[in-house]
Amino acid sequence: MKHLNPRAALVGIGELKPQRRTEGISTMEMLMQVSAEAIEDSSLSVDEIDGLLVAPQVGETPQHVPATVAEYFGMQPNMSNMVDLGGASGPGMIWRAAAAIAAGQCENVLCVIGNHRNTPAPRSPNRNPAREFDTPFGASGANTSYALLMQAHMAAYNCSPEDYAAIAAGSRANAQCNENAIFYGKPSSIEEVLASPMVASPLHLLEIVMPVAGAEAVIVSTAKRAETLRHPPVFLNGAGEKITHRAVSQAPSLTSGPLKPSMARALTQAGLDVRDVDFLSLYDCYTIMVAATIEDAGLCDPGQFGKWLKENGGMGPDARQPINTHGGQLGFGQPDLAGGMTHVVEAVRQIRGTAPNRQIKNCQSALVTGNGATMSEAVALVLGADL
Amino acid sequence: MIDYSSIQVPGPTITDLSRPFWDGVQDSQLMLQLCDSCQQHVFYPRPLCPHCWRGELDWVSASGHGTLKSFSQIWKPGHPGWLPAAPYVVGLVLLAEGPTMLSHILVGSHTPCVGDPLVFAPTKVAGRELPFFQIIK
Repeated sequence: MKHLNPRAALVGIGELKPQRRTEGISTMEMLMQVSAEAIEDSSLSVDEIDGLLVAPQVGETPQHVPATVAEYFGMQPNMSNMVDLGGASGPGMIWRAAAAIAAGQCENVLCVIGNHRNTPAPRSPNRNPAREFDTPFGASGANTSYALLMQAHMAAYNCSPEDYAAIAAGSRANAQCNENAIFYGKPSSIEEVLASPMVASPLHLLEIVMPVAGAEAVIVSTAKRAETLRHPPVFLNGAGEKITHRAVSQAPSLTSGPLKPSMARALTQAGLDVRDVDFLSLYDCYTIMVAATIEDAGLCDPGQFGKWLKENGGMGPDARQPINTHGGQLGFGQPDLAGGMTHVVEAVRQIRGTAPNRQIKNCQSALVTGNGATMSEAVALVLGADL
Repeated sequence: MIDYSSIQVPGPTITDLSRPFWDGVQDSQLMLQLCDSCQQHVFYPRPLCPHCWRGELDWVSASGHGTLKSFSQIWKPGHPGWLPAAPYVVGLVLLAEGPTMLSHILVGSHTPCVGDPLVFAPTKVAGRELPFFQIIK
């Protein structure tokens, strides 16, 4: 195994309850609240935080983000940076934190990410070349890109609309065990998913995440320090990352993404077969993303995710390999770029054995994925209870 | 039929580097860059060849033929200016020369399918010709 030395552990987590809308608040105050929660959870003192990783803030703080957040927090970190990998930013922070610790620059890294959703909802500024070569044709926003990916996947493998809708229905079912989820109390059947309005064919409304305000924080420390802290440590046993393109037109493949090599590297580092992973915490901005990830992980052949999901017994805590027990972003809501970090936070809960109302029996390992832009920015992590 | 000439939507953000592409469309020509070293076509425009990083890039006329790699019928556009045109179809066009570009697909009476043959069909949108593609079956 090619572990980083010293080994890193995830020792603290924080999560704000997602909100459909906020008014008159700043992203900065949400980041401070969720960070306080994570520091408290870790039992570290705030003075021990000496590394800080942040993400872009949509509609707030365009530049100097790390220094702005550090100043707001009253911190003077030895290492700070902004991780800009869309939905992969959260998982991307975790291995970078471990690498900074291994480089001897810091010991306890706060990884924090979130966004308000005041009216009008903040939008990312348009950027070239997508602004010049996609937008003028009536193709703007992620929905179009993932619809194009899904149509290509459907055409290549002849999967049925029901196969994809089962992922949305399974996520909603899991959200019924998470009272913080935006769709808590609102399950949806496969039929209801397919009866929801078409947004960009073949994507129905309920196959698309609900944008929400929210924030997530994770603290990464050395394995040695972790042994002295409140919770049993959750170790970072493997990581992989790959970036292939930005605009969907430039994707090297429409049916397989950069998570494939990322997951392979993470699993190899951890010395784990994907079939032996206890919990799959898979980035799910759209149903197609989970379908492509199940196939890219090698859990089944391309085009067979629907059959595999049925054999898996669905996605719940009692499934053979449970998926997104917090409801996934499809059930929990997508707190903008923090959405990817919800998959890390849930994996920590499951491995600690503290997931309320949805604990997986004897969960020793998790595969976490993050995905950004147009299935083009990928980070995979393998987390585990054992050294 | 959609009246493209009357909708108010964002046009391209043209730079000096990309101007030959957009000027070509005004003259009903699809222009691509061609690398004189690796002989690969390049889309979108670059200052250097992203394939080999060695050659000079020259502007050449493309055939205007392509294949539909994927498509989506857009019911809820990302930009409100496109609402009057919805539902409309956008798609990924695999150009005969090799690169893929996103475009607006004129489907006519056809039901679009992955693999459909396409031809360059410049169309006036908000006062400017845009490089749309049309299904030919």
